[in-house]
Amino acid sequence: MSDTCDAQQVRRPPSGKSLGFRAEWGPLLALCAIVLLFAVLDAVWGSGRFASIRNLRVVLNQTSIVAVAALGMTLVIVSGGIDLSAGTALSLSATIMAYCLKENWPVAATVAVTLGVGCACGLVNGGLIAGLRVVPFIVTLGTMTVYLGLGKILCDESTVFPSYEQIPGWLHSLCSTRPPDLVWQFVPNVPPGVLLAGLCAVIVAAVLHFTVFGRYVFALGSNEMTARLCGVNIPLMKVAVYCLAGLFTGIAGMYHFATLKIGNPTEGVGLELQIIAAVVIGGGSLSGGRGSVSGALAGAAIMAVIRSGCDQLEVPNPYQEILIGVIIIAAVALDRLRGMQRA
Amino acid sequence: MRQISKRFGATHALRHVDLQVDRGQVLALVGENGAGKSTLMKVLSGAMAPDSGIMELDGRPFHPSGPHDARQAGVAMIYQELNLVHDLTVEDNVMLGQECHLAGVLRHGEQRRRVLRALESLNHSDLDPRTPLRELSVAQRQVVEIARALVSRAKVIVFDEPTSSLTQQDVDRLFSVVRQLREQGLGIVYISHFLEEVRRACDDFVVLRDGQRAGSGSLASHHDREIVALMVGRDVEEFFPRVPHNPGATILKARVPGGSPSGSSADGTTGLEIRRGEILGIAGLVGAGRTELLRGLFGLDENIRGEVQLRGATITPNARRSIQAGLGMVSEDRKGEGLAQCLSIEDNMTLSRLAPYSLLGWLRRARRRKIVAQWMNTMSIRSRGADQEVRELSGGNQQKVAIARVLHQEADVLLLDEPTRGIDVGTKADIYRLIGQCAAAGKAIVFVSSYLKELLGICDRIAVMRRGRLIADRPTEQWTEETLLNCAVSGEGDRE
Repeated sequence: MSDTCDAQQVRRPPSGKSLGFRAEWGPLLALCAIVLLFAVLDAVWGSGRFASIRNLRVVLNQTSIVAVAALGMTLVIVSGGIDLSAGTALSLSATIMAYCLKENWPVAATVAVTLGVGCACGLVNGGLIAGLRVVPFIVTLGTMTVYLGLGKILCDESTVFPSYEQIPGWLHSLCSTRPPDLVWQFVPNVPPGVLLAGLCAVIVAAVLHFTVFGRYVFALGSNEMTARLCGVNIPLMKVAVYCLAGLFTGIAGMYHFATLKIGNPTEGVGLELQIIAAVVIGGGSLSGGRGSVSGALAGAAIMAVIRSGCDQLEVPNPYQEILIGVIIIAAVALDRLRGMQRA
Repeated sequence: MRQISKRFGATHALRHVDLQVDRGQVLALVGENGAGKSTLMKVLSGAMAPDSGIMELDGRPFHPSGPHDARQAGVAMIYQELNLVHDLTVEDNVMLGQECHLAGVLRHGEQRRRVLRALESLNHSDLDPRTPLRELSVAQRQVVEIARALVSRAKVIVFDEPTSSLTQQDVDRLFSVVRQLREQGLGIVYISHFLEEVRRACDDFVVLRDGQRAGSGSLASHHDREIVALMVGRDVEEFFPRVPHNPGATILKARVPGGSPSGSSADGTTGLEIRRGEILGIAGLVGAGRTELLRGLFGLDENIRGEVQLRGATITPNARRSIQAGLGMVSEDRKGEGLAQCLSIEDNMTLSRLAPYSLLGWLRRARRRKIVAQWMNTMSIRSRGADQEVRELSGGNQQKVAIARVLHQEADVLLLDEPTRGIDVGTKADIYRLIGQCAAAGKAIVFVSSYLKELLGICDRIAVMRRGRLIADRPTEQWTEETLLNCAVSGEGDRE
């Protein structure tokens, strides 16, 4: 019997590590390729501003809103769920933030309420999914419009404008592209929001890969029945995952406000699809069990780079949209091809 | 098929294999898991192209470009995991891909007639073509699949482990179907691990080992031992290794639905007791409620009224509490429930007990890797490493991971549901030995199986379930294969 088993072992293609490496780094490689492509195209035909530090800061800034929300979405998608309400929950948080500032609330309370609303949105999603046992797609499809409606009620179907003085300084600079290009003459200066997003990414990656909670998230997405068999508290896990994702939606809402300086609940409509696209481009599987933080970040960056690159090359907006659509499908198709090679 | 070879990377999955099936012949293809049976059949069914070799069908060259092409040419496969659509009806399933239509409009009358004719020739005219497939049992689904092959005018039908999820009764019906197909002049290839089954269904056999043809002949002129020796490449000393163990104190007590004339109380329940160091077998037909009983004890289903007592303390089972209390369960459905297929071996093995590696929720991976490596060694799990995904393992190794999980969990009561289904002879012996060792270490084991020989071979006590009720519970010495079967099928033989 030992000889047959050895034979089996040998018969499997030696895919393991090398392919695992590629699967993990695929989206990052794609990102590098796209950056390089645009840099060359821009240098030849464009204005030559694409590969500048200023533009890097703009792109990073644009990436970070989607990226932070995509961190939460990564958790949700890895656990086998989906959150369609992320976009409107995000703008609801942003609207709340605008409202609190306009009402001259203390800054700490404002931030707490903003993040709390994000969490609460996730809590409602998770609670409904776990409690009613309705599929996440339907539940969040419903809460998507609920959150939009709540936002509109809050701002009386218009837009909330806090005045310049009512917005604290750090919030002004959170997503600002205005500071000098270099600090200490050589380190590229990135907005604090980007650094915060990076910190969040490290935390989520660590949670996913180095904690018991993370193992349960993967188990839940890979096979819910197995997770149940192994004594994982499924309802609690679902609530926790969505709630945590909601926290990141709240943070992204803060970014959103910091960028626009207004609270408008309709701004986030459709944003959820960009967030989901970032995770999916980064190798997340909508059937659960697969997805990575690095992939989601790369996915968010790829979309921002394409937008920026096309702007520099003066490619009209409709063509940008088409290009991003093609990228989403191509990314998933490539992933599938790789999966087939492995099988 | 002549001189078929297939390579994957540097290794040969098949090396110059010849296979010939005549009309009206039932050929058994036997071999351990990974011997190349499935690959050979994938080549035959067009799912893979051979690297070299020739295939002929009815004397004409046969080069299927894909499964559909092969099916059209007359080669049909009945796979282990049936390829049916659960939401469609029997008729739709049978006709799927070969619908009778007029310019795209289905001709239901014609379809119905064909389906009924096929079902009739399989002696299953009781099956209503309008029933949705999800309402059928596994055995009935298999009939649907065979009917599909008949409607497509198959010349060769390949059965891949057709009985692995059937009960004795359904197996008997399947064999009569196979005989019928043979009389109709079809060539049949029958893949199985079970020699006694092969003996009943087939005329001749071919043994594959390590991608090569290890031997062939007529079943009538070869002993089981000779065939097994060909499969394994050496003599198998004992099919059912026994590790000496002695039952101790009662560890688990439960009231379960019972129905024997003696010993059942007024509310239709009967007591079930399991002692430390005891292996309790549970026999019965598929659908007799054995799986439900285990799930109930473990707390995955809420069908056990009353109470479960573990070490004298009453618990209301729920998977989490059960695990904490020392129950461990191996599911019958490896793919669907037992294992998270795209997680690694170490994740699967430790999922039910991560506490020892957790420091305030932080996972100590190095420590876990070390323990997992030890388990993989004890269980002789063959893999590339602890981080390999479970779906890439063979069935036997997957099952070992599932069992390792309950052992790693340090469960005192192991609930094993069909732990040896679909795995090869050598691994089965490993698992029997392991179960014996667990009993010797003072664990209690509940072992559900449809394979009566293994129940008789390793259990101390065997209980029989029928129609959701536990109807008989006796020491193994008092059972024979016949009495067990009788009891499971008709409830007879329950007289003390």
